[in-house]
Amino acid sequence: MAEAHPVGFQWVMEAKRRGATVIHVDPRFTRTSAVADLHVPIRAGSDIAFLGGLVNHVLSNDLDFREYVVAYTNAASVIDSGFQDTEDLDGLFSGFDPEMRLYDPLTWRYEPPENPNEEEQERIGEFARAERDTGEQKRSHQAAQSESHGSGGAPVSWKGRRDETLRHPRCVFQILKRHFARYTPEMVQAVCGIEPDQFREVADSLTRNSGADRTTAFAYAVGWTQHATGAQMIRTASILQLLLGNIGRPGGGIMALRGHASIQGSTDIPTLFNILPGYLPMPHSEQHQSLDEWVRDDEGKAGFWGNVRSYSVSLLKAYWGDAATPENDFCFDYLPRVSGDHSNYTTVKAQIEGRCKGYFLVGENPAVGSSNGKMQRLGMANLDWLVVRDLQMIESATFWKDGPEIETGELVTEDIGTEVFFLPAASHVEKAGSFTQTQRMLQWRDKAVDPPGDCRSELDFYYELGQLIREKLAGSTDEMDRPLLDLAWEYPVDEHGDVDGQAVLREINGTGPDGTALSAYTQLAADGSTSCGCWIYCGVYADEVNQARRRKPHWEQDDVALEWGWVWPANRRILYNRASAAPDGSPWSERKKHVWWDSEQGKWVGADVPDFVPDRPPDHVPEDGAKGPDAIGGTDPFIMQTDGKAWLFAPIGLADGPMPVHYEPPESPVHNSLYAQQNNPAQRRVEHPTNPINPSFGETFPYVFTTYRLTEHHTSGAMSRTLPYLTELQPEPFCEVSPRLARERGLEHLGWATIVTARTAIEARVLVTDRLRSLRLGDRFVEQVGLPYHWGVNGITRGDSPNDLVNVTMDPNVYIQEKVGTCDIQPGRRPRGPALTAYVDDYRRRAGVHIHPDEGGAGR
Amino acid sequence: MTNSLWGRLDDVSGDAGYEEHPPRMGFFTDTSVCIGCKACEVACKEWNELPEDGYQLTGMSYDNTQQLGASTWRHVAFVEKPLHPTTTDLGLPGMGPPGWDTHESGLPQAAPSGEDQATESGEGGIRWLMSSDVCKHCTHAACLDVCPTGSLFRTEFGTVVVQPDICNGCGYCVPACPYGVIDLRKEDGRAFKCTLCYDRLKDGQTPACAQACPTQSIQYGEVSELRQRADLRLAELLDKGVDVARLYGRDPDDGVGGDGAFFLLLDEPEVYGLPPDPVVTTRDLVTIWKHVGAAAVTLAGLGVASFFGRRS
Repeated sequence: MAEAHPVGFQWVMEAKRRGATVIHVDPRFTRTSAVADLHVPIRAGSDIAFLGGLVNHVLSNDLDFREYVVAYTNAASVIDSGFQDTEDLDGLFSGFDPEMRLYDPLTWRYEPPENPNEEEQERIGEFARAERDTGEQKRSHQAAQSESHGSGGAPVSWKGRRDETLRHPRCVFQILKRHFARYTPEMVQAVCGIEPDQFREVADSLTRNSGADRTTAFAYAVGWTQHATGAQMIRTASILQLLLGNIGRPGGGIMALRGHASIQGSTDIPTLFNILPGYLPMPHSEQHQSLDEWVRDDEGKAGFWGNVRSYSVSLLKAYWGDAATPENDFCFDYLPRVSGDHSNYTTVKAQIEGRCKGYFLVGENPAVGSSNGKMQRLGMANLDWLVVRDLQMIESATFWKDGPEIETGELVTEDIGTEVFFLPAASHVEKAGSFTQTQRMLQWRDKAVDPPGDCRSELDFYYELGQLIREKLAGSTDEMDRPLLDLAWEYPVDEHGDVDGQAVLREINGTGPDGTALSAYTQLAADGSTSCGCWIYCGVYADEVNQARRRKPHWEQDDVALEWGWVWPANRRILYNRASAAPDGSPWSERKKHVWWDSEQGKWVGADVPDFVPDRPPDHVPEDGAKGPDAIGGTDPFIMQTDGKAWLFAPIGLADGPMPVHYEPPESPVHNSLYAQQNNPAQRRVEHPTNPINPSFGETFPYVFTTYRLTEHHTSGAMSRTLPYLTELQPEPFCEVSPRLARERGLEHLGWATIVTARTAIEARVLVTDRLRSLRLGDRFVEQVGLPYHWGVNGITRGDSPNDLVNVTMDPNVYIQEKVGTCDIQPGRRPRGPALTAYVDDYRRRAGVHIHPDEGGAGR
Repeated sequence: MTNSLWGRLDDVSGDAGYEEHPPRMGFFTDTSVCIGCKACEVACKEWNELPEDGYQLTGMSYDNTQQLGASTWRHVAFVEKPLHPTTTDLGLPGMGPPGWDTHESGLPQAAPSGEDQATESGEGGIRWLMSSDVCKHCTHAACLDVCPTGSLFRTEFGTVVVQPDICNGCGYCVPACPYGVIDLRKEDGRAFKCTLCYDRLKDGQTPACAQACPTQSIQYGEVSELRQRADLRLAELLDKGVDVARLYGRDPDDGVGGDGAFFLLLDEPEVYGLPPDPVVTTRDLVTIWKHVGAAAVTLAGLGVASFFGRRS
């Protein structure tokens, strides 16, 4: 965190100053480790084994926060009798279709009710119909759905039977206990390379610092997300935090550290293919033929997600304004549809295959920053047009003349037909706007200076692009053009013709029937009388004031600081904060008091905005058949879940299992010590000759490599290695190796090394350092090569891009790549030109890497 | 009678001739919370418009700017030290501070300690020390004392500043500095060093490095108050059992009369590349001049004596 988020890390240092224990788990010893109380070196990609060990430690020693667990999680829920665990199937859950490599989550469900009511009967019928679906139908059903449940989570069909004694053999608590029993400290050592003594130290610190009086927080970044099991890594942490009662309480939680200033914002108002603003699912081409079908799965379910129709209709009103009417389904048919996986890597493959012809790159440099850079460049070389908007002339704009494939001859400039438009962009200080950071806080930023020359903001660019397209289409009678022509595209502009960003924020906030800004998403209506660009942001412009621009310093308010910026939803600083009080509504402890029930006032009170129905008493039991928020019981803090409980076990919604399982990364030097199943059975591979995979446990690629960032540079380096003051601080690409590996391969400190995978080979200078540790796994050592990935062929200092080494295997839930792989490392510089391809070919041959003969090498 | 060349001096600005002046301002750099982000280096260069200092991968851990110089006024040192060194330190003199090796390039560098058995068994640990170094703004600043042009001067804030429009590049100040801070810029010829952001101070602002520091490792303020803060922090750390903690440059009775920019370190000063016991190089100037004077008087006396002697 100190390494990649030094500014945010100031608060960790502040916590440490106040007595917090800081534990850092990372394959390398970083700037964070340097100031942490404890550094725990771990084999890259083995985090589920480590976290699973902690879960087991908590469960087998009865160290869980039992009252919290029983009341607020689904520990007591009884699971369907058809469910089989990885314990039973040696690494697989029930419902796996080996041919399609997909799970059918039917048997993971809560046990169906014995006397189902009408609605429940209908749901049971649906399950039965889903059973009969063909594989293709299942795939289409599953397409992009696991992530698109978004803030609502996947809906369960019934709350199910609960056994609050937690003794039922099929209750979640018992299933969890059996599932994690094999994650012992010894297993953690064998899988992760973590000494049992050190493991116990972590486990003790963690449990000692959790409970009624104390809470523990987790912070993670791409070390957890960028894996074929990425979503499940975070799930494991969630399970652990729930067992310890660390969710919804001050000082608890799991903090996702984002890679850029507004990555949270770019999922809330998404740049993703499968969700719309506020985590509304993108409609599916077959399943969602009407507005009714689109919202049907979620509508009326318990919790606030049950009001999904209001959020959806208000969004359509924000997009199409007066054109959106009840008669035309509020222009629902204008929305694009998904028909499957349209994620980034799949799109790149479509580019290589000639099925995707145009591409916008906005502040993104995939030629350096994305896995398997060759795939990215070959894709871009096969487009009709490419628009690059960036601060600098990045590699993704110049690959056609100086990319690595030009050097090897795999691409020839004259043969590349892609027309590249480079448009200079304004930087963050040259435009006003909001950032949404990891705590979901929007902070408004005023413009400091005008952008130089032709540089323009994204807002101005897209606004004008929209104007131009609409001008070109004006008068068209083609139905296809209606979505563009009917767009509500009027924004106030200043004297330079630039759009006022605050007007956009106000549109996102939403307006009521009288045209004034709304103050809460509970005001949104399904009849078309309200408009809202992102329901979870509703309130950011309450009282016609830009609430994100509030900057009252923390020393002028209490420690919850509600008047700094604005946090979605409803300016709530801690989500699910009903859990900060005991089931009876009283605070768990004086020290961790946050939100509690005031019986005199008959409402929830506290320093934060309560995340609950404001006047719902703790002992409230909803009526049978209640819908939406009315169905939330007094002890159901997780108000977005249809059962009001946090899920230790996910009965639906995940593509690779209801509980996390340690699988080895797609490329690994070792066998999976826990199960016969080596890899995540549901992981997604991008099958293409440019994306061959190293066979596991071979001699040819014996080492693990992982890529990472340095404080001195930013991601692909476009914003840092183009600046002298940053470049001089870390002037050259390098790799970090342990002294043992240096000896084994004859690598010299400051000498050159060539790092090879089945994708390509790169070169870098060598830093031999004790900060990279040789890890002992059973009777062998595992060595890890650390690779900062900031360099490319442009900039003040240049070098090979480590991401070119990475294979593309994706998590099946969110389609993120696995950033860990295996490699060989040899002293000396890599071969140049066509000799490089021959060198890599030789490695592939020796490793037995299979490439389809018809498709050859990179191809054109 | 006192002098301004060495020893304790409580009012540096007054001593320099300021009748009315603000309190002495300085830095307390607490390296125990430094995370090595180098924001100070960059902020300093941005504000003071310094040129880059070359693009060289040094292999000295993550330190690629190497030392303070004419174009690097804040410098973050990175020192990698094994927790349990297994090689016996015979105390033989080396090229660098303890714990450092010498590379064939002649540059000191962090020892990879390749033979460390502890590391191989997975039991070895490492310390990674980081420290942001800066001009010490000495109570007795030899650079200023030896400057023949008056380019270097004591400001009303008690800091030491070089004025580029007066500097003639004679370079006397360079060897005079006991810390090796001030240096001549090759392509320019003149001497440069940290001004403690004199321009910002005049506007009541915090120096750029302290402003940019995310963890309050660099603290700016009145020297008297910073000294108290440093004492408290040291006591706190010692209390927690961090017995390696120590203050450096805080003592007004040390060889330079105390530093305006002082430090809390977690190891011997040499480990960070700092001299263990710096002494103002002009300390002996008075005695030297006394001796010179005495010699001159003696010579003159001898001359007179010989004259009279001849007479008689």
